[in-house]
Amino acid sequence: MALSFFIEVLLGGLLAGVMYALVAIGFVLIYKASGVFNFAQGAMVFFAALTFVSLVERGVNFWLALVITLAVMVVLGVATEKVVLRPLVNQPPITLFMATIGLTFVLEGLSQLVWGSQPHGLELGIQDVPMEWLSQSANINISQFDVFAALVAGILVAALALFFQYTRIGRALRAVADDHQAALAVGIPLKNIWAIVWAVAGFVALVAGLMWGARNGVQYALTFIALKALPVLILGGFESIPGAIVGGLIVGASEKLAEVYLPQYLNAPLTQFFGGAVNLQGIESWFAYVVALLFLLVRPQGLFGEKIIDRV
Amino acid sequence: MRESDMTTERLHHATRAQRIGEPVLSVEGVSLAFGGVKALTEVSFDVREHEIRAIIGPNGAGKSSMLNVLNGVYHPQEGTIRLRDGTDWREFHDMDSHEAAAMGIARTFQNIALFKGMTVLDNVMTGRNLKMRCSFLEQALWLGRARREELAHRRAVEEVIDFLEIQHVRKTPVGRLPYGLQKRVELARALAAEPRLLLLDEPMAGMNLEEKQDMCRFILDVNDHYGTTIVLIEHDMGVVMDISDRVVVLDYGRKIGDGTPGEVRANQAVIDAYLGVAH
Amino acid sequence: MLYREAGQFKSTYAEDQQIFPIRQDRIGVLLFIAFAFVGVPLVANQYWFAAILTPFLIFSLAALGLNILTGYAGQLSLGTAAFMAVGAFMAYNFELRIPGMPILVSFALAGLCAALVGIVFGLPSLRIKGFYLAVATLACQFFVLWALQRFGWFSNYSSSGVITAGTIEIFGYRFETAAQKYLLTLAIVSVMALAAKNLMRSETGRAFMAVRDMDVAAEVIGIPMMKTKLLAFAISSFYCGVAGALYAFCYLGTVEPEAFNLDLSFRILFMIIIGGVGTILGSFLGAAFITLLPIFLNVLFGGISSFFQVEISHAWLSNIELIIFGGLIVFFLIVEPHGLARLWQIGKEKLRLWPFPH
Repeated sequence: MALSFFIEVLLGGLLAGVMYALVAIGFVLIYKASGVFNFAQGAMVFFAALTFVSLVERGVNFWLALVITLAVMVVLGVATEKVVLRPLVNQPPITLFMATIGLTFVLEGLSQLVWGSQPHGLELGIQDVPMEWLSQSANINISQFDVFAALVAGILVAALALFFQYTRIGRALRAVADDHQAALAVGIPLKNIWAIVWAVAGFVALVAGLMWGARNGVQYALTFIALKALPVLILGGFESIPGAIVGGLIVGASEKLAEVYLPQYLNAPLTQFFGGAVNLQGIESWFAYVVALLFLLVRPQGLFGEKIIDRV
Repeated sequence: MRESDMTTERLHHATRAQRIGEPVLSVEGVSLAFGGVKALTEVSFDVREHEIRAIIGPNGAGKSSMLNVLNGVYHPQEGTIRLRDGTDWREFHDMDSHEAAAMGIARTFQNIALFKGMTVLDNVMTGRNLKMRCSFLEQALWLGRARREELAHRRAVEEVIDFLEIQHVRKTPVGRLPYGLQKRVELARALAAEPRLLLLDEPMAGMNLEEKQDMCRFILDVNDHYGTTIVLIEHDMGVVMDISDRVVVLDYGRKIGDGTPGEVRANQAVIDAYLGVAH
Repeated sequence: MLYREAGQFKSTYAEDQQIFPIRQDRIGVLLFIAFAFVGVPLVANQYWFAAILTPFLIFSLAALGLNILTGYAGQLSLGTAAFMAVGAFMAYNFELRIPGMPILVSFALAGLCAALVGIVFGLPSLRIKGFYLAVATLACQFFVLWALQRFGWFSNYSSSGVITAGTIEIFGYRFETAAQKYLLTLAIVSVMALAAKNLMRSETGRAFMAVRDMDVAAEVIGIPMMKTKLLAFAISSFYCGVAGALYAFCYLGTVEPEAFNLDLSFRILFMIIIGGVGTILGSFLGAAFITLLPIFLNVLFGGISSFFQVEISHAWLSNIELIIFGGLIVFFLIVEPHGLARLWQIGKEKLRLWPFPH
């Protein structure tokens, strides 16, 4: 009984982690190619989801809405690269990071200005109900939707992997990520590449937006998903897609387990200790961060990152 | 350099030779490796008080690594560094850079490690940080003691600034200065700490002839005026031969020569190393 | 013509060290302070005190704290609001639980508590840099808010987590009106700003800036990394803590942990970006800008609304505000990364030459 519940929580956490990883992948793409930490990724996820859902609600066909939203995200990505990042190209990374924070605010305001600020539901056809055969046979309730999301994530990662390995543009992206100067030296047009990267990140944001929107509804709180991606990136390193997946899994699982089990076991003893009401509910708001933090102390470059060597 | 300059230098040598004292730094059997790469192999030499000791060698010989070991940035796997403090010798295996600074070892860097966001004056003042005693509270309240201390150190720093002739740029942010001046500011910062041992990592790198002459003059002046023991890495042979008292030659991490400039210049092993003769 | 340094020679280092070496600056600042303490209470009304001036001062103090940590010491922090929250709640608890505790002591102790929290969450800075560190401060932000909400002790077991600050009484004199609270805040902020300026131009400030610019080199010349970084966190958090206490006692009167959310942390970060990172003046300019901007937009769009007979909804306005905020951040970062403080400096340079063009 307890074991099947534990597995349920664990699997639920892992699947949630996959969802986090979806968002994190967007960060990794941009960071890998241009060294910019795009804090606005969360706002992009929100914007994509909101645009799609608003189009669908206005009667636009599902697939057409998808295409239009994709086009909008691509335009957004290219515009961002041109207007915000190119003028700041030689500034220290912290400046670029703060610029993306500014961008976040612009996107959030813009999304709600254009489409309004009511929450929307998003229907993708897969319900958030337990998978029949699993709950019947092993008494484990895993949401169908979560599994679907994991599949989508898997396909996305596979598609990206193929793209990077086997297409010319993908190769160029990898070259740019590795060494800007060298890429320039062999004639790769850096600016076009960055525009492409931002467009791809926009596409990833759209996928993440659809998944998260269907799961939690499309509302302002979606922008905070980006913040959850940060611990994922710390664990997995900022430059590795497999790292983002692994990081996501770790964050998702540990967060879920903490959310379910820690209050259960620690509420009573802590209440006794402090002599007043202690309720560990809501621990998931910071747990992932502290896990990431502790991890950083041991391995500052994350699981898959490269060791940073300071030379004088 | 012109004939008369050369004469002055030789005279300088003569007066300085009389002042050079007993060994103040002793490097014994130091070996340093990074993973599989051996940067230094059983290097031993000493440095006498008040002398100017040059470390030379072809590229990749391990000169910068040696300097980094001397001031605690790298920790050698084998060997010891011994520093004389009065009559006592203190032995170090794992000295870190902070301890080195506290012991009176100051240095400049090949690629200029100045604090680009601060003015020249502030940069040089940071060199005095180990001598400042007031707590942050006293500084916040700007009480008598904090004020006096700041002004006293300012006075000392201004002397160094005068000495190195950088008064005209003292309020300029360091990032705006030309390369040669930045190097001088770095030297000033090192000097402000009133070091017993000054390590200079390629102080003349990237300079034209005039700038080199100026820097030579300053280094000699520092050694003359303050009596500071100097260890420097330099590629320009003319400079090395002219200003140093003794020279250590490294090649592939090993010491292949040790002596006066004249002795080293005649050493066949040294000549082979520089000409790239297989050995 | 007016702003000339001609004839003002410095013959001692002490004179050169002054905060305001130019006589006109000194006179200007004295006049300004006189106006702030005496003139403003004579002309301003309740609304100005309660809604504009007092919050401006409080945010300036918080921005000052953040500037010390991020601007001078180079440690990026996204947890400013959390430190303010600690200050607010601890000040409340000191006042509540220790009868007869002088309010200024409560404020100071609250600041110290915030400093302690700052040191704890600043420990990671010894190993982590850049935006990895920002994530550590995010951990602080979320954890502190959660703790204040979950551990009932902090809000005296009120069901909603809301605290109501008590009355302020110093040596029997009550600070009740908005004007009185303004003056108290002004006094505290002035003293702390002066202390901050003194600190930043002495060795502590230099050590901070050295760590910011090149920490490896700083270590090599003897600056102690751990002590310097932790001190930066401590002092910064102290300032934010006192700001938080003032926020509760002199501004809102009633606060809940949610008031100190991530949004506020970002706001204060924007204040120092726009105002000028690494300057004392910038903290004030940025705070003024961000405090006045919503009011300015309100007035502007209110005017447009009535002029064009167009209905402008509140939601619409707040979204426009977000867009303008974000846009301004990006604009400042591109055009003048050193912020309003640098523009001020340039203005003064031009004033020196006025009425000549160059």
